[in-house]
Amino acid sequence: MKAQVHTGDLDWWLIALSGALCCLGFLEVHSATHRAMAGMVWRQVGWVGLGFAVLWLLSRLDYQWLLDRAAILYLLMLGALLIVLVAGHAKFGARRWVEIAGIPFQLSEFAKLVIIIVLARFLSEVRTDRLALVDLAKIGGLIGVPMVLILLQPDLGTALTLIPITVVGAFLAGIQWKHALVLVVLAGLSVPVAWHFVLKPYQKARITTFLQPEKDPQGSGYQILQSEIAVGSGGLWGEGLGRGSQNQLGFVPVRYSDFILAALAEELGFAGVFLTLLLYAGMLSRLILNARQARDRAGMYLVAGVAAILAFHVFVNAAMVIGWMPVTGIPLPLVSYGGSATLFVFMALGLVMSVRVRRFVN
Amino acid sequence: MVRRIEDDQKMPEGRLTALWVAIVLAILFLLFGFWRLQVLNTQHYAELADQNRIRTIPIIAPRGRIFDRDGRVLLDNYPSFSVLLNRDSPQVVKADLAEIATGLGIALPDLEQEVSDAASLPRYQPLVIKTDASEADVAFVESHQTDIPCLNLLTVQRRRYPPDDFLAHVLGYVGDVNPKDIAKSHGRYQPGDLVGKSGLEREYNSILMGTDGSRRVVVDSRGAVRGTLEEKPAIPGKSIRLTIDANLERVAENDLNGKEGAVVALNPQTGGVLAMASWPSFDPNQFAKGLTPAQWKALNDNPERPLLNRAIQAQLAPGSVFKIIMAVAMLQSGALSPDFTAYCPGSAVFYGRVFHCWNKHGHGRVDLRQAIIHSCDVFFYNVGMRLGIDRISYYASHLGLGKRTGIDLPGEEPGLVPSVAWKKRVLDQPWYPGETISVAIGQGATTVTPLQLAYSIGGIAIGGVFKRPHLLALSGPDAEMSFPISSNTVNAVTEAMYGVVNDGGTAAASQIKGIQFCGKTGSAQVISDQTHVRTGAGKQYQDNAWFVGFAPRQNPQIVVSVLVQGGKEGALAAAPIAKDIVQAYFQEQTQRQPQYTEKASRPAMETAQVGNH
Repeated sequence: MKAQVHTGDLDWWLIALSGALCCLGFLEVHSATHRAMAGMVWRQVGWVGLGFAVLWLLSRLDYQWLLDRAAILYLLMLGALLIVLVAGHAKFGARRWVEIAGIPFQLSEFAKLVIIIVLARFLSEVRTDRLALVDLAKIGGLIGVPMVLILLQPDLGTALTLIPITVVGAFLAGIQWKHALVLVVLAGLSVPVAWHFVLKPYQKARITTFLQPEKDPQGSGYQILQSEIAVGSGGLWGEGLGRGSQNQLGFVPVRYSDFILAALAEELGFAGVFLTLLLYAGMLSRLILNARQARDRAGMYLVAGVAAILAFHVFVNAAMVIGWMPVTGIPLPLVSYGGSATLFVFMALGLVMSVRVRRFVN
Repeated sequence: MVRRIEDDQKMPEGRLTALWVAIVLAILFLLFGFWRLQVLNTQHYAELADQNRIRTIPIIAPRGRIFDRDGRVLLDNYPSFSVLLNRDSPQVVKADLAEIATGLGIALPDLEQEVSDAASLPRYQPLVIKTDASEADVAFVESHQTDIPCLNLLTVQRRRYPPDDFLAHVLGYVGDVNPKDIAKSHGRYQPGDLVGKSGLEREYNSILMGTDGSRRVVVDSRGAVRGTLEEKPAIPGKSIRLTIDANLERVAENDLNGKEGAVVALNPQTGGVLAMASWPSFDPNQFAKGLTPAQWKALNDNPERPLLNRAIQAQLAPGSVFKIIMAVAMLQSGALSPDFTAYCPGSAVFYGRVFHCWNKHGHGRVDLRQAIIHSCDVFFYNVGMRLGIDRISYYASHLGLGKRTGIDLPGEEPGLVPSVAWKKRVLDQPWYPGETISVAIGQGATTVTPLQLAYSIGGIAIGGVFKRPHLLALSGPDAEMSFPISSNTVNAVTEAMYGVVNDGGTAAASQIKGIQFCGKTGSAQVISDQTHVRTGAGKQYQDNAWFVGFAPRQNPQIVVSVLVQGGKEGALAAAPIAKDIVQAYFQEQTQRQPQYTEKASRPAMETAQVGNH
């Protein structure tokens, strides 16, 4: 049976909020790059345009169709991650990129989507409000394998984003408190293991400098310090677009991407940050609403997974910019420059739309 | 296919609400974080941002130039680069030090030491790590602008001292200011400043040294300058004009070259120093570029002591030149008749000891004029015995010996005029009358500097007015000390000195046609280690040759004192040098005369004329 869906039934609030965030991104990408790398903003505009098209296309696609193919998607994802590991392009010391039609893509962005789909499918079939330990272990296996592959690239940031998807999924599926407690303890115990066997030296360095920034003022400690200076010197109203010295003189690191919020904070002030975070709050609220209104649990898990991952991005990125988190390379959704990251968000929002437009179908 | 559409499970409403609350709380938490930085601490971070982008770059004030009496440039500057190390982020600097040291050819431990020494200075104050950077150094800094942004180039004006050690002792040299002087300067000196260390550079440092300016610039994260906020221009040091005549100086140095000694030429009417030379010499450019410890040790330990300005620092027995002082004392004191004569058989006995005349055959009966012309020792032994040491030291002291002339150069030595009191005080011994006999011919404990002899003889020749010697061309009246000498005395002495050169005297070979050149030779025995200046063992006991001459006989315009250590005879070693200088002086004067009339009618020729001297 084919459900009747209407374009007019899309979540226009969500689209408007996303569009507003994209526009803030255009402003700041332009301000940060027009001197040294003119033209970048137009590429970002192109990505966003493509993103809305992808969003519309995915909204037409029945999410059930995707859920049915979760197993194939999962295997394809594992294969792709293996290919990246073997043949990917190294950039900043990590193999994360593959070229599709001459355009470099960061595959792990799309891996996140697959994980959301796979987890939604799995949890919807568990059909319980008290998650059994066996199922919890299965979830661990399901998520653990791609996570290890992504860590091997190595891409700590993306690997970490899998955690909120899993945690939120398990939470909504009714994880038992004692299990959660044990997991937290286990996670705590695994920290020293990860430190010695998993983390690369540069990742360790980022964490040590986060804990003791004075030890490395030029490395990531310096980056965070410069970011804090940019944010702080912006004041309430900012120095004006294109007039932030930290941004324009290049003191803010990767100011058009990971640290774009620092550039925005300097030039548009607390007012600009407030507006940005307000837009995110609105966007995330709409997502929760859509999750609540989903036709079935699988749709709810899909939407909630998207909300979890976007909230995680926003929180980790903003916290990094003000020095509350180590540098992990997690961009700010829709605002940071970047094709793969932007497309990922629109694909995720497309999934949400696919769930939404089918909310009344029965 | 599982029909999930028929899923009747209820939504976990409570948990979704909890999730929403968690998200809202997280965003509020973030807003608090931004509020804390942006609203509560704006000022602090704004200052940090300014420290990031604003850098103060010093603008070094060029030192004043030095001209000779005719406006010819003696000492000039040339543009050069210094390499600056910005220490805004010490850890960065530390990481790059090894590469910097290799790239600039500096020993790493030295560089590390310099950086750690500067740890207490404000961080925005850059450190000069290399001066007078070579083209390769400049290329190194420029090519590493991106990966070693803490390096910067600073344009400075450096001293270019004249070639061939010309006027080296007089000009002196500059060097890095030492911490003691910085402390005393009340903020005038900064670390790394160049200050005069010797000679005129030191004497007139406060005039020559300008006030550095600074420029506040905006730099980007790579350290590249993006714009200037404010500029405080440097105030260049003032230039000074000397009384030195570059032509005479050249003649003096050429003649003296290779002979250990000194030459001083003064205008006795003003005290202006026309020429001052000392050999061996040194190259001040070495100092300006910075001496290595090995170079400094070599210069300092050199037994010929090239750093010594013998014109003002060699204290030696004057020998027979002292007879002029004796003659003035004899005539002025009235202790002896002006017509006093003595018979010279070649030697004479005083206080039971035989004293020889330099001429073993004797001069026969001589009066004062003949005694000066032929430099008869026996005559002056007799004068000395009759005057006594008290009167000799009184006149010597009042005729400009035994104390500093006060020339505007650091490190002048006073020489020594012995007296009974001096011997009691310093040696705790009584004065032996026999010593007076030695003093009478310029031997014994008496020591003088070449400058003192020119000053003293010049002062006597113009009638007892001793103009303080100076190198700076003064606009005001000359400082002077006077000691009245009767015109009869002046006439008698200068007439005799005229005879030394022109009437078959000891310096007869140094006659100058058409010029009334007067003088007195001297050959002083080097008998003890008291001399400051000693050379290798071979020359050590050779007599020092002296000649002091002036011209013209009446109202002399130039007085020249020449010392050639180990030169044996003043007439042969020293007098010809004085002759050359006096001759050059008068040649120049005759060229100068028509020039002045030309200048009046055709002022445009002035610059061309200067070049033709």
